[in-house]
Amino acid sequence: MTSQFPQFFDTRAFGRVLDSAFNDVVAAYGLTLELIFLPVLKALLAMEQLLLWLPWWAVLIGFSAFAWLASRSAKIMATVALLIFLIGVIGVWEQAMATVALMLVSTLMAVFLGLPIGVLMSRSNRVQGIALPVLDIMQTMPIFVYLIPFVMLFGPGKIPALLATIVFAIPPVIRLTNLGIRQVDVEIVEASRAFGASPMQVLTTVQAPLALPAILAGINQTTMMALSMVVIASMIGAGGLGYQVLQGIQRLEISRGLFAGLGIVFLAIIFDRIAQAYGKRMQKTLKLGA
Amino acid sequence: MGNNIKIYLENVSKVFGPDALNALALIDKGMTKTELLEKKGHVLGLHGINLEIETGKTTVIMGLSGSGKSTLIRHLNRLIEPTSGRILVDGEDILNLNALELRQFRRKKISMVFQKFALLPHKTVLENVIYGLLIDKVPPHAAKERGMAQVELVGLSGFENNFPGQLSGGMQQRVGLARALATDAEILLMDEAFSALDPLIRHDMQMQLREIQARLHKTIVFITHDLDEALLLGDKIAILKDGILRQVDTGMNILKNPADDYVGRFVRDVNRARILTCGPLAQPGTPTGDTRLNAEQTLESAFPIMAAAQGPIGVLANDGALLGVVTARQIMEALIQQDRAKSTLVGSDI
Repeated sequence: MTSQFPQFFDTRAFGRVLDSAFNDVVAAYGLTLELIFLPVLKALLAMEQLLLWLPWWAVLIGFSAFAWLASRSAKIMATVALLIFLIGVIGVWEQAMATVALMLVSTLMAVFLGLPIGVLMSRSNRVQGIALPVLDIMQTMPIFVYLIPFVMLFGPGKIPALLATIVFAIPPVIRLTNLGIRQVDVEIVEASRAFGASPMQVLTTVQAPLALPAILAGINQTTMMALSMVVIASMIGAGGLGYQVLQGIQRLEISRGLFAGLGIVFLAIIFDRIAQAYGKRMQKTLKLGA
Repeated sequence: MGNNIKIYLENVSKVFGPDALNALALIDKGMTKTELLEKKGHVLGLHGINLEIETGKTTVIMGLSGSGKSTLIRHLNRLIEPTSGRILVDGEDILNLNALELRQFRRKKISMVFQKFALLPHKTVLENVIYGLLIDKVPPHAAKERGMAQVELVGLSGFENNFPGQLSGGMQQRVGLARALATDAEILLMDEAFSALDPLIRHDMQMQLREIQARLHKTIVFITHDLDEALLLGDKIAILKDGILRQVDTGMNILKNPADDYVGRFVRDVNRARILTCGPLAQPGTPTGDTRLNAEQTLESAFPIMAAAQGPIGVLANDGALLGVVTARQIMEALIQQDRAKSTLVGSDI
C-alpha cells in the first residue's frame, strides 16, 4: 500500500489544455515564426560555411590572432593554436566548426539580448525583483525541457537548437551585467551626474567601463553554457560534435564519443582562456585607479 | 535678498522615506527626529533651512556626521530633491528645471568636488579633468586645451597622462579640483573635499584653495566637520546639527558670540591664536625695529616675531600701508579676554 497525495484538481485536464493551446499556437504561428527566424538561420549557415570554406591553417591563425589580441600573452596564444591543431588531428574538424558556428552565433545573440536586459535590471529594483526568480528558474530547469516547445514550433533543426541555446545561456550575462553595474562606486556615478551627464552618458562613461570585468565574466559563463547546450541540442538536429557523441551512444562506439568529447573539451578551454585572459587584462587597467 | 546673493535656500526640508510629506507634517507639529525614526521609520535629513550664500564668497557648512551637511550640499545641484521649500540660484528656482534644463545647469553653472575624489580609475588625469567638458560635448581638442590649463593651475603638470591610482591622495584630489574648475562653473560645491587627506597635505590643499579662490572668486560651498578648516576657509560659516541650522555668521563672530550651547561647546576647544589675526588688534603708534607683521597673519604665527622684538611691531595692510602697532602684551591680553568671555559663556550655558 502506498499513501497517495490527495488530488486537489485534475492536473491531466490542465495539462491537456496547455498542450492543446500550445498546439494551436504552433498551428497558427509556426510558419510565420519560421519565416521570422529565416535570416538568423542564414547567418548561422553562412558562419558555418565560412569556417569550413577557410583552409584549416587560416582558421588556426585566425583563432591565434584573436587569442593574442585578447590576452597579449604568447603562452595563451600558443595553447590556443595547439588545441585547434589537435582538434584537426583527432579528426573532428568539420563537426567542431559546425559547433563553433552555432556557439558563436547563439552567444552573440545572447549577449546582444542579455546586455540591455541586465542594464534595465540594474536601473530598477522592481525589474530586478521580477527578473531574478525568472533567471533562477531558467537556470535550474533541466535543459531538455527547453527543447520541447522549440522543436514543436520549428521542427527538429538548427533554429530550435539555436533558440534553446540562447534561452539556456543568457542568464549569466544578464545577472553579471546587473551585478556589475550595481557594484560601481556610487560616488563616481554621483560625480558623473553632478557634471550633468544624461543617464546614457552615465552608462557609457562610468557604469559600463567600470562594470566591464563583471560583464566579461558573465559573457565567459554564457559562452561555456552555450557550448554545453550545443552538445545537448544535437539531439534535435543541431549536428556538430554533439551529434558524434549521440551516435557514439547509439552505435556503442567508445572512440567516436571520446574523440568528439575531447573536441568539446578543447573548444571549451580555447574560449575560456581567451575570455579569462581578456577579463584579467581589463581588471588590471581598472586596478590602476582602485 | 540683495544682488550679491548667489544661492538662496528658503525653508528647505528633507525627509527620507516613502511617505515623506506626511512625515514632514508630523515634524512641523513638533515630533522629534528620533520619534519620527522610531514610530514612522522615516529619517529627517533637513528641517526648515534658510540660508543665503553670497556671490564670490566661501560659505562653509559645518556639522558632525549625521548632521545633514552632505544632504544639504546635494540639494544645491539637486542630486537630492527636497521634500519642501525653494532653492533659488540667481533668483531662479532650480526645482522648476526639467531634466534637460537641470543637466544644462549642472554642466554650465555648478560643479562639485567629492570626499573620496570619485575619479574615473580607467581614465588619465587629463581625461578626468576634461570629463565635465566632454559631457557638455565640447570638442575634444578644445577640451584638452582647457584641461591642460587646469592641470597647470593645480600644479599637476607632467602628471596629465598618469592614472589616478598612480597618484597620492592629495594629488588625486587636485585632479578632482581641476575637474570641477574646468567647466568654468560659477558655483563650486566641495563635499568634505579635504577630509580624506592626511593633515599636512590637507593644509597644503587648504592653502591652495585659498590661493585659487583669491584669483577666481567662485561661489564656494564647502562642507566640513573640522572647525579649524571652517574658520580657515570660510567667509561665512553655517553650523548644522540634526538637520537644523544653529548659527550662520563669520568665523570671528561665531567664536565671540556662539548662538547657543551646542555651538559654544563646539568652539570651546579652538586654538584662538591660530584664528585671530593681527589686523584688528593694531593700534596707533610708532613701530620699533624693521620687522613688520601682516594684518592677515594669525597671532600664533606672530609669536616668534614678538618674542624676538623689543618694542611695538608695525602691522601692514595688504597694500603695504601701516595699520598700526601691536605689542606682546596686547596679544596676550586679547587671548586672555577671549578666554574669559568663553569660560563665562560656557559656564552660564551648561
